[in-house]
Amino acid sequence: MYSLAIEIPYWGQSLLRVLGGLVAVLLPAGTIVYVFLFKMMSFMQSRLGPMEAGPYGSLQLIAEVGKWLQKEDIAPEKADVRIFKMAPIIVLLSTFLLVVVVPFGPDAYFTDFSVGIFYALAVGSVSVIGILVAGWASANKYSLLGGLRAAGQLIAYELPMVLAVVGVVIQAGSMNLQDIVVAQNTGQIFGWGGLGNPYVITQFVGFVIFMIAVQAELTQAPFDMPIAESELVSGYMTEYSGFRFLMFFIGEFATAGVFAFIASVLFLGGWGVPFGWFGWESLDQVSNWMNIGGPLIMFTKMMVLTFIIMWVRFSYPRFREDQLQRFAWKVLIPVSLANIVVTAILKVAF
Amino acid sequence: MSLFLRDYLTVVWFGLAAVLLAGLLLGLAAAVRPSHPNREKQMAYESGVDPVGMGWSQSQIRYYVFALLFVIFDVEAVFIFPWAANIERYGVFGLVVMVAFIVLLLDGLVYAWKRGLLRWV
Repeated sequence: MYSLAIEIPYWGQSLLRVLGGLVAVLLPAGTIVYVFLFKMMSFMQSRLGPMEAGPYGSLQLIAEVGKWLQKEDIAPEKADVRIFKMAPIIVLLSTFLLVVVVPFGPDAYFTDFSVGIFYALAVGSVSVIGILVAGWASANKYSLLGGLRAAGQLIAYELPMVLAVVGVVIQAGSMNLQDIVVAQNTGQIFGWGGLGNPYVITQFVGFVIFMIAVQAELTQAPFDMPIAESELVSGYMTEYSGFRFLMFFIGEFATAGVFAFIASVLFLGGWGVPFGWFGWESLDQVSNWMNIGGPLIMFTKMMVLTFIIMWVRFSYPRFREDQLQRFAWKVLIPVSLANIVVTAILKVAF
Repeated sequence: MSLFLRDYLTVVWFGLAAVLLAGLLLGLAAAVRPSHPNREKQMAYESGVDPVGMGWSQSQIRYYVFALLFVIFDVEAVFIFPWAANIERYGVFGLVVMVAFIVLLLDGLVYAWKRGLLRWV
């Protein structure tokens, strides 16, 4: 299992991990933007979307990056310039810190924290600081309002997300993401193990709450109050231009990809196939081929989940600010607490 | 160095990679883009009219109650996780204690609800 660790020295391993991390952050972001934001949205609105750059507009993203690179970088004169320029980097940083915990195969992981999911939930909220700082440092009324709205929304939906994960931890009996994957793929539903036990079935309530909270954490419609363009121009991003704006944009979609990765690890069985199919009993017996197949399976599941996120985004109008807070505090949190209690009682009883 | 610490060192490398990537791209952009700042361009954007007053205007923050409630429930989550990971070891005793704990905190939420604190003014 640790054959990789013996052959390659530590600096080489770290370099490989960082390169893998770059791919794991940028590839989903690019794919989501092209397939869903450019093409799917266009088709849902009866238009073709980008068609000029490359076949079916597939090189559109590269053209966009080339354009953004040439845009002037303007900071408002009253802004807190140093913090203003730092904010997009903080948002991007939180995405990179988040992808560290995602396992892509039996050996293909970046880190193997025993408290992996706890780390993910903690680091996932770092982006709030970047957004709040961006809104404050811009010295613009729209930005300030957008930043405050974002902070209020993100802390309100942080809780249902954390509490929805508890149900998974109870069922798997571990906070390690690798253990959670194994527990799902070796599990059984009422003694039948043909599909393993993907928690999307046995933790369906938790899955729905988690996906709603992810939608809100990513500030995608219907939860896009912080950047509501009809009221706040572009919220906390109003004063940003050029490449710093693009970094917020990359951060948003890369985080969507990473959260979809985490959701597929928690609820859809992660990189694994049900171990019973190939006669595997535990993690040690899993074929080495899963280090290649695992990332592909993860990518597929990521695409399915981001498809749902984007589908909802394109279909629903945005909430009002008070409806949004009411929904989090009066519906999602009580339901997720009830979910914890029911799951725990069932787990202890059986 | 132990495997445990090495895992956290990887986190540091990823953080550095993110900052390096951002720096690289911004450096590239700085080499390519024009820079002709003038006063009109640097004015705060207020839908076309000249900005009125300060950007850091005072606004009523209605979130402080939510922030306080958030802290309570977040701390609750910290207590729930270790129990959730070892639920079978603690058995029925742990279950009863934890359900009592969750109900007590839920009681706090209900109290805030009844006081009308969860209502948007």
